[in-house]
Amino acid sequence: MPVQYYIFLSIALFCIGVMGVLMRRNAIIIFMCVELMLNAVNLLMVAFSKMWADAGKIDAGGAQLFVFFIMVVAAAEVAVGLAIITMVYRNTHSVDINILNRLKN
Amino acid sequence: MSTQQIIFMVLSFIALVSALGVVLSKNPVTSVLCLIVTFFTIAGHYIMLNAQFLAVVHIIVYSGAIMVLFLYVMMLMNMNADLEPQKRNWLKYAGAISGGALLVVLVAALRDASMPGLTSQATEVGLIKNLGQILFKQYVVPFEVSSILFLSAMVGAVVIGKKD
Repeated sequence: MPVQYYIFLSIALFCIGVMGVLMRRNAIIIFMCVELMLNAVNLLMVAFSKMWADAGKIDAGGAQLFVFFIMVVAAAEVAVGLAIITMVYRNTHSVDINILNRLKN
Repeated sequence: MSTQQIIFMVLSFIALVSALGVVLSKNPVTSVLCLIVTFFTIAGHYIMLNAQFLAVVHIIVYSGAIMVLFLYVMMLMNMNADLEPQKRNWLKYAGAISGGALLVVLVAALRDASMPGLTSQATEVGLIKNLGQILFKQYVVPFEVSSILFLSAMVGAVVIGKKD
């Protein structure tokens, strides 16, 4: 099976995530679409790891470790981001990102 | 068509449909549930790519921890479909068109790339023994730095979320 299949699947997932970030106004759903994009990249990295392992490279596991680090960053981002969203909701009773216009002044 | 390709097609179809469900559904709780389905299919892809340990970690961290956090925050805010204002439709169309244009550009750029095929034979790379050796031999410093990052994120979340 060609590795292109996985490349195209990750591109499609990434573009769906981009679409969600641009289309939706709900801050939590924007966060979830960011998670979707991170996962598309993770999938691509695991596919490349398998490709290098098939080619006989012994250090092909490095790509899978970067997936770990992406997961760590994603988890930290979710913790801080959801705290910020909860604080914004407590102050404005809305998670609509248009309300963040008030950060301008 | 081999068994591997059939499994790939089924998993990819479910992943794409549920990813579209995340973006298009009106109810935020439905979005979270669709995202969980997407994550499970991605874990299935990991198992097919011989990354068994990564698949288990993915299910535990994403489907277990992060999605529960999302669901919890969503239920804390008591959200429903009419919370999100539906005015300004042109913004939606603009977002969809830009995302679709990005998809077309990336597919067109990578369509003619020649890549080696993936074999169906199992490799040992994704097992925990190899990953642990790489992690604690070559990547010790990033590992420790990420633990500091985690600690600071935890402290930051508590400080931001504190009431007053």
